[in-house]
Amino acid sequence: MNRPTTEAEYLAGLVPASAGRHGFSRRSMLRGSLLAAGVPALLAACGGNDTAGGGGGGGGGDVTLGSNFSDAVPVKAMNAMVADAQTKQGIKVKLNTVDHTTFQNNINNYLQGSPDDVFAWFAGYRMQFFAAQGLASDLTDVWSTIGANYTDAFKKASTGEDGKQYFVPTTYGPWAVFYRKSLWAEKGYTAPETLDEMVTLSKKMQTDGLVPLAFADKEGWPAMGTFDQLNMRINGYQFHVDLMAGKEAWTDQKVKTVFDTWKGLLPYHQTDSLGRTWQEAATGVVNKTSGMMVIGSFIGQQFEDADQDDIDFFNFPEVDSNIGADAVEAPIDGFMMSKRPRNEAGAKKLLEYFGSPDDGVVQTTNDPSGIAANTKSDQGHYTELQKKCAQFVASAKSISQFMDRDTRPDFASTVMIPELQKFISDPSDIDGLCTEIENQKKSIFTS
Amino acid sequence: MSSPDLPLVAPQTAHPAPTAGSHHGTGKNQRVKRLSGFDRIAVILMVAIPTLIVVGLIWLPAISSVFLSFTNWNGIGSLADVKIIGVENYTNVFTNYPPFKPAIEHNLIWLVVMFVVATPLGILFAVLIDKDLKGSRFYQTALYLPVVLSLALVGFIWQLMYSRDQGLINAVLGTQVDFYGDPKWNLWAALFATCWKQVGYVMLLYLAGLKGVDASLKEAAQMDGANQVQTFFRIVFPVMRPINIIVLVITVIESLRAFDLVWVINQGRNGLELIATLVTANIVGEASRIGFGSALATIMLLISLVFISIYLAVVMREEER
Repeated sequence: MNRPTTEAEYLAGLVPASAGRHGFSRRSMLRGSLLAAGVPALLAACGGNDTAGGGGGGGGGDVTLGSNFSDAVPVKAMNAMVADAQTKQGIKVKLNTVDHTTFQNNINNYLQGSPDDVFAWFAGYRMQFFAAQGLASDLTDVWSTIGANYTDAFKKASTGEDGKQYFVPTTYGPWAVFYRKSLWAEKGYTAPETLDEMVTLSKKMQTDGLVPLAFADKEGWPAMGTFDQLNMRINGYQFHVDLMAGKEAWTDQKVKTVFDTWKGLLPYHQTDSLGRTWQEAATGVVNKTSGMMVIGSFIGQQFEDADQDDIDFFNFPEVDSNIGADAVEAPIDGFMMSKRPRNEAGAKKLLEYFGSPDDGVVQTTNDPSGIAANTKSDQGHYTELQKKCAQFVASAKSISQFMDRDTRPDFASTVMIPELQKFISDPSDIDGLCTEIENQKKSIFTS
Repeated sequence: MSSPDLPLVAPQTAHPAPTAGSHHGTGKNQRVKRLSGFDRIAVILMVAIPTLIVVGLIWLPAISSVFLSFTNWNGIGSLADVKIIGVENYTNVFTNYPPFKPAIEHNLIWLVVMFVVATPLGILFAVLIDKDLKGSRFYQTALYLPVVLSLALVGFIWQLMYSRDQGLINAVLGTQVDFYGDPKWNLWAALFATCWKQVGYVMLLYLAGLKGVDASLKEAAQMDGANQVQTFFRIVFPVMRPINIIVLVITVIESLRAFDLVWVINQGRNGLELIATLVTANIVGEASRIGFGSALATIMLLISLVFISIYLAVVMREEER
């Protein structure tokens, strides 16, 4: 190694040869300038909607529609809906599909930036929150057209805290206990009516070498479903609503009873649930290694077409006969209008279509995991399961959304997910758990 | 010890001071004066643009994070109507946020494992490969391969190994360990996967350094009767000081910003809490507890500052010498 004669040579010697080679090559310069050129383009793309519908001017341009239905089957349904809306309403719709999780994670920035005229969202607290922040438009006049198509429960679920409607419901899917008909017929199981019967059934399944309750909570939200079911069976629908709205204390004995009951059921749940996704757990039901599963009707997406008729479900059993089992959890999906749509007339036309019976037919034909929210939608094409789901929800006295739709999103994701996971991995300290939840709830709900 | 080549005069008289106006002068002042207008603009731009970028992209966001950590902003509406709530976010972080303590512990474990396992292993592999063993190219490629993968991808690859029901490890061993789901295991499973990648990275850096070490130094040491281990620790390692510092800094940085892998596994919950994932869970997403998340980010900044100060202190002491 020669002694460096200048400082530059010395410094050059410190740089590993492999790194030095790339120093300031033409290629990297080119890449840099491309990047520099790309940034403004990217920025322009973000605000692209400003110009996209500009051609038509006052109300004549495309209606932009932001959709979080990004999986194959829902995309098919959305495309069919858009095509149908364009012919029926005489509007042009530009569909922007964004990955489901990304859409939800960016919803704040999306709605404050330049959102699409109409966007897909959920009913309940999650809708009310954005309506209260002034990020969504009042749809009362759309409801005067479509209102007759819906039951009161759906109108209530579409109404903001100020009494105005902000949401057009399209489909929903109930949560219940799902199983395979053929497996149950073979083993001679019958649907339990009470929790005790469910425990007896679970024990029988265990002796038959089955996992009684398929269970997963890697994503954090599936366990919320079980909590909601138990809470509504033990304490009733109104308590669920008040607890989620932050009006009831989590340290209340009523909540502790829910956790206690759940603790008694945990031995029948599939173990190691925190490393498993709901799809993996559902596979156990599909493969007949698990007996049943508390999940939404979207479990149907995990079954082959040929097995669709083999799916069945029963209502989560009664725990307290005074409370009964007439509260059903059925999260509603639908659409909202952003605060300042560029093409308001077109957007309302599109929303009227979404609220029409035709939309329900198109959507549920293309994606049979959902049921049309619209009561006037023709149900002739429904599968056995869809028919049963529709009947099930229609007979319910009250309909809840889901924990993460009925409460503040920040509370659901930063408090309830970790705490429920903690409970599942170690259910021994229920008092401590409830105190932790309550303390965090206070700080979030009062902020 | 004086060099025989230089005349024995005081430094300032060694070179005659240039006469004013001389075109041959090499004095510092004159060189500056001879900068043309264009040069001066170029210099100003070269200083101003990076400064603007650093201030705009690093300092402003950092300072606003600190500011936001004292507010209850939920990410909606203008900054004008945020409410300043003092240190409430910080009290909540420390007293009313159960995932915080495990997150700090996990970050520390992460740092220690990186420091004690991944880095020495990377150095060892670099030394072995530097010996030009048979097939060292193959080993080098095999060890380096994980480095080109993103950590998110590494997470997916190891999912195939670790999965409880369908994973390779459980299939081969006939066990049913829930590597990603069981808080007893998942931190170590994640660390193993990170080390798998980090080892290759450290190895590459070190290998590049080793290639630059003067072979005659090693020969001389061997002539003096040093064995391989002694040669490495007494001669090669100290000579590699610049690389050692780079590797050290990279180890610390990688441990503090550990995020991607864990986020892919389970979004940093249930035994895999890290400060970075807590920040993200609170700020990104529907939750939008911007104020609270900023408090967490500020704490992370303070912890980083400790390491940065140590590093700067070492580097500056070095320069003074």
